[in-house]
Amino acid sequence: MDAITQNLDLFWNGFLRSLTICLWGGVGSLVLGTFIATCRVAPVAPLRTFGTAWVTVIRNCPLSVLLFMFAFGLPEIGINAEYYYFGLAALIIYTSAFVCEGLRAGINSVSAGQAEAARAIGLTFTQTLTQIVLPQAFRTSIPPVGSVIIAMFKNSAVVGAFGVGLDLYSVGESLTSAQGFAALPVLTGVAIGYLMITLPAGVGLGVLERKVAIAR
Amino acid sequence: MGHSRKLVVAGLAVAALTLSACGSGSTDAPKVAAKPSLEAGTTMAKISAAGKMKVGTKFDQPGFGLKGLDGKLTGFDVEVAKIIGGAMGIDAANIEWVESPSKLREELIEKGNVDLVAATYTINDKRKKRITFAGPYYVAGQQLMVKTDNTKIKGPADLKANPDQKVCSVTGSTPAEQVKPYLANPGQLVLFDVYDKCANALRTGQVQVVTTDNVILLGFVSKSDKKFKLVGEQFTKEPYGIGIKKGDVKFCEFINKTLKDNSAAYLKAWADTAGKVEGAAPAALPPAAPCV
Repeated sequence: MDAITQNLDLFWNGFLRSLTICLWGGVGSLVLGTFIATCRVAPVAPLRTFGTAWVTVIRNCPLSVLLFMFAFGLPEIGINAEYYYFGLAALIIYTSAFVCEGLRAGINSVSAGQAEAARAIGLTFTQTLTQIVLPQAFRTSIPPVGSVIIAMFKNSAVVGAFGVGLDLYSVGESLTSAQGFAALPVLTGVAIGYLMITLPAGVGLGVLERKVAIAR
Repeated sequence: MGHSRKLVVAGLAVAALTLSACGSGSTDAPKVAAKPSLEAGTTMAKISAAGKMKVGTKFDQPGFGLKGLDGKLTGFDVEVAKIIGGAMGIDAANIEWVESPSKLREELIEKGNVDLVAATYTINDKRKKRITFAGPYYVAGQQLMVKTDNTKIKGPADLKANPDQKVCSVTGSTPAEQVKPYLANPGQLVLFDVYDKCANALRTGQVQVVTTDNVILLGFVSKSDKKFKLVGEQFTKEPYGIGIKKGDVKFCEFINKTLKDNSAAYLKAWADTAGKVEGAAPAALPPAAPCV
């Protein structure tokens, strides 16, 4: 356990870095995912095609391949940015496809009568979506979308291998190889760090779900 | 695990066949002692009696330990291990090579999965707590590599003044740790799992500096078609040692003596492998450190 206690500051900084990646990734993929889901149910055919194509391509592409394309592909065609932003962008785009599908399940669960009633009283498509359908859809989508977000928190460890660095996983790598600490205690510390992010997230989702549950 | 082990064994068999096909009879191969006189009860005697030796090395380090597509291992570390094996009467064909990435080296030695590790293994105090080092058999030095048209970075001292110049190295390597004091902030350091990616990032402009041991950088410079150059002095000393079980002083002394007695084979091993790179400093066996 010396490996953890002696390097508590390193672990803590790695934890904060991973937490930042997770939070931005969570916010970004929720926003982008909602947008794509909206596209998929829009009355405009090109938008629906775009949404479907996005989900089909992104959802069926391994995360590591996406990360490779961002970190090593984009610089090849002259687009340079910090690896941190490349990593975050890939993570958000990847997760958005899954958020979209979870959310779409929620949208489908809102009965057609609701949308018809909204249209009957003269609401536009945007008003129907933002004031009638999405608020109800979000509530039903909390369990599936929550699982997707938690999966994303864990996927964020992969980003560390694409030049992002300083995150929990990279801290573990550096302690085990350069400084010669035994792998098991160090990786236990890394695992604890991730649990400190995912377990509270799971509890929070449970609370949220109970709070906004709709009695049907 | 079992599967990958089979693959390794198969690779070894191929390597052994190719080796015996082209290497037998030639005077190039490290000499194998016919009847080595070894003190009873020592590690050397045990290995010699078993007739085979397990060596941990890197499979992905050009010039030191690289496994080619033909399954054959080449490099300076590999040749040094063969010299040591030869002194115990172990033919190159009877050496079993075990891949030893940086983070697993101590564990492989402690668990007895290998008899020794020769894998660009920098001797440092933290590692000495867990294992014993024989050697050093080579002293590398850390340097900086930049694009030929880079005028901002002339040495490690310029890194702090130019925080926009990103520095690339390998996760968990000693060079990555040792460059840290020269940086303006931790975010200036970009880490990948292999140096190839760093060289690629330097080419595409994602990073401006790559740092590691000079011999590794020289390999990239010679392949870069004059697009990369080395700048500044070597700002660290990286003595490469042979890792063995903690406290095995006799084996350590034996290795040191073997390398000293086989200086011709040692120099040839260098010239044939890492020494081929243009600009690499001539190797001379550094004085051995005391065995503890």
